[in-house]
Amino acid sequence: MIEIENVSKHFVSRDRDRVAALTNVSISIRRNEFVCLVGPSGCGKSTLLRLVGGLLPVTQGRVVIDGQQVSEPRAETGIVFQSPTLLPWASVLDNVLFPLKMMKRVTRDSPNRAKSLLKLVGLDGFEGKYPRELSGGMQMRAGICRALVHDPDILLMDEPFSSLDALTREELTLELMRIWREQPKTVLFVTHSIPESVMLADRVVVLSPRPGRIAEIVPVQVPRPRQFGMEALDEFQRATSRIRQLIFGVERTTVH
Amino acid sequence: MQPAGSVSSSSALSAPPSTESYITEPRPLPAWFVEVVLPIAAIAALFLVWEAACQFFAVPSYIIPAPSAIWKETSANPGNVGWHTLVTTKTVLLGFIVSALVSLPLAVLLTSSPLVAASVYPLLVLTQAIPKVALAPILVVVLGTSELPRVVVTFLVAFFPLVLSIASGLVSVPPELIELGRSCKANRWTELWRIRLPYAVPFIFSGLKAAIALSVVGAVVAEFVNADAGLGYLIQTSTAFFKVQLAWGALIILSIMGIVLFQIIVAVERIFFPWSPGIDKPPV
Ligand SMILES: Nc1ncnc2c1ncn2[C@@H]1O[C@H](COP(=O)(O)OP(=O)(O)O)[C@@H](O)[C@H]1O
Ligand SMILES: [Mg+2]
Repeated sequence: MIEIENVSKHFVSRDRDRVAALTNVSISIRRNEFVCLVGPSGCGKSTLLRLVGGLLPVTQGRVVIDGQQVSEPRAETGIVFQSPTLLPWASVLDNVLFPLKMMKRVTRDSPNRAKSLLKLVGLDGFEGKYPRELSGGMQMRAGICRALVHDPDILLMDEPFSSLDALTREELTLELMRIWREQPKTVLFVTHSIPESVMLADRVVVLSPRPGRIAEIVPVQVPRPRQFGMEALDEFQRATSRIRQLIFGVERTTVH
Repeated sequence: MQPAGSVSSSSALSAPPSTESYITEPRPLPAWFVEVVLPIAAIAALFLVWEAACQFFAVPSYIIPAPSAIWKETSANPGNVGWHTLVTTKTVLLGFIVSALVSLPLAVLLTSSPLVAASVYPLLVLTQAIPKVALAPILVVVLGTSELPRVVVTFLVAFFPLVLSIASGLVSVPPELIELGRSCKANRWTELWRIRLPYAVPFIFSGLKAAIALSVVGAVVAEFVNADAGLGYLIQTSTAFFKVQLAWGALIILSIMGIVLFQIIVAVERIFFPWSPGIDKPPV
């Protein structure tokens, strides 16, 4: 469904140096596949996500979604950022409805759809609250609802759980898997956490640093539905140690 | 050393709950007390000290009159003082409204592109470099002895900080909110209208508060130069005739006008934009 074909991205910095953020990245993502991107900080994960989201132009190569080359943001793509980025002046419900309003796609049924999404993430009763009245985890849930409200077929998530505490993080990981099972979508999910990537993904794309290129695409054969506790499974161990090896090099994988 | 009542100490966990707590929750004072009673009490105290000092040191009233003398003289002819007050209020409000109407599009223009900013900004700085007191008589020659030159001077004094705070509000939108707008297919106008302007609301109000205070200053400056009515005119004429109490009275009315207009803006922000954090609360 998403074809990333030989994509390179350079930035021109203030002092006119060219910074190569990504070189020759090719990935082919199937419909309703869950793909995680992992790699050290600054290796171009967010950049790749923005390229797929049409928020940045590619320098070389192309991104094709459903046969269409991406040149601008696409209506059927939902994005979840690292911080919840809710509008402080809008209620939770209006925040969730925001994409529909911007795209002039509000119907009589839209508020109900937004409310049922909020219910899905356990935020029923909070529709009228303002973002500052919500905890970080609740804000992130509302942000996820906002990305889902126009029923996109692609969901891009840039380290959505990294600012949350460990417990909330596990909770939201489970919730995301449940949502993905109930409303299948193609998901591209950036994370710093190797176990999180293996927990979520069908395949984990490991990026190597500077300039970002694909080190390897690691398939995860852990059976679904997944739960915490499955970390002990052989398949889980195999995938995490392979990713660790790719990121840190062979000699450091034995030290935990 | 363990702070009293620390939960991390194991003895505190096992100890029976004590009847007397070392840490008492500070009870917050009611808002009406902090925001209304305290400021009024402080100002009342100032006037009391002023009155007492004038009586005690027998200060001659042509140097610093006592509040009671000011009140006596100012309230002697309420119709006259009221008329001057109305005239000044009109100039202040007209100048303020023009500032607000000009500043918003100007700030949008300034933040629309670096090229526009680079060419418009020097012109704005120029308007601020001109001494307004020096400009006022020239404006009278150009525009005539009407209300107009006074409103223009008021505007010139008041609008610049407003433009700057609106502009800084428009550009301080987090980049992720802008990306959110773009991913929802927003064009420049919807981005401005649905994201940048609402985000700038606290900044706009901060600028409006500065602008209303400056409008009072500007109106008085303009009245000093060219007016046949208004509190600035009243101060000039009454000092010329050694009616010092009346001049002080006009000064106090101007201060009250400034406070009331400022508080109206604070109230408008609270009522219509309750989510606004109010970026310029007094430091506590
Ligand atoms: N807008 C930009 N301008 C210049 N350089 C950028 C920009 N965005 C990202 N970069 C650079 O591209 C590289 C990859 O950044 P990013 O995609 O944010 O990495 P990651 O998300 O993996 O931490 C970094 O070296 C970063 O400095
Ligand atoms: Mg990143």
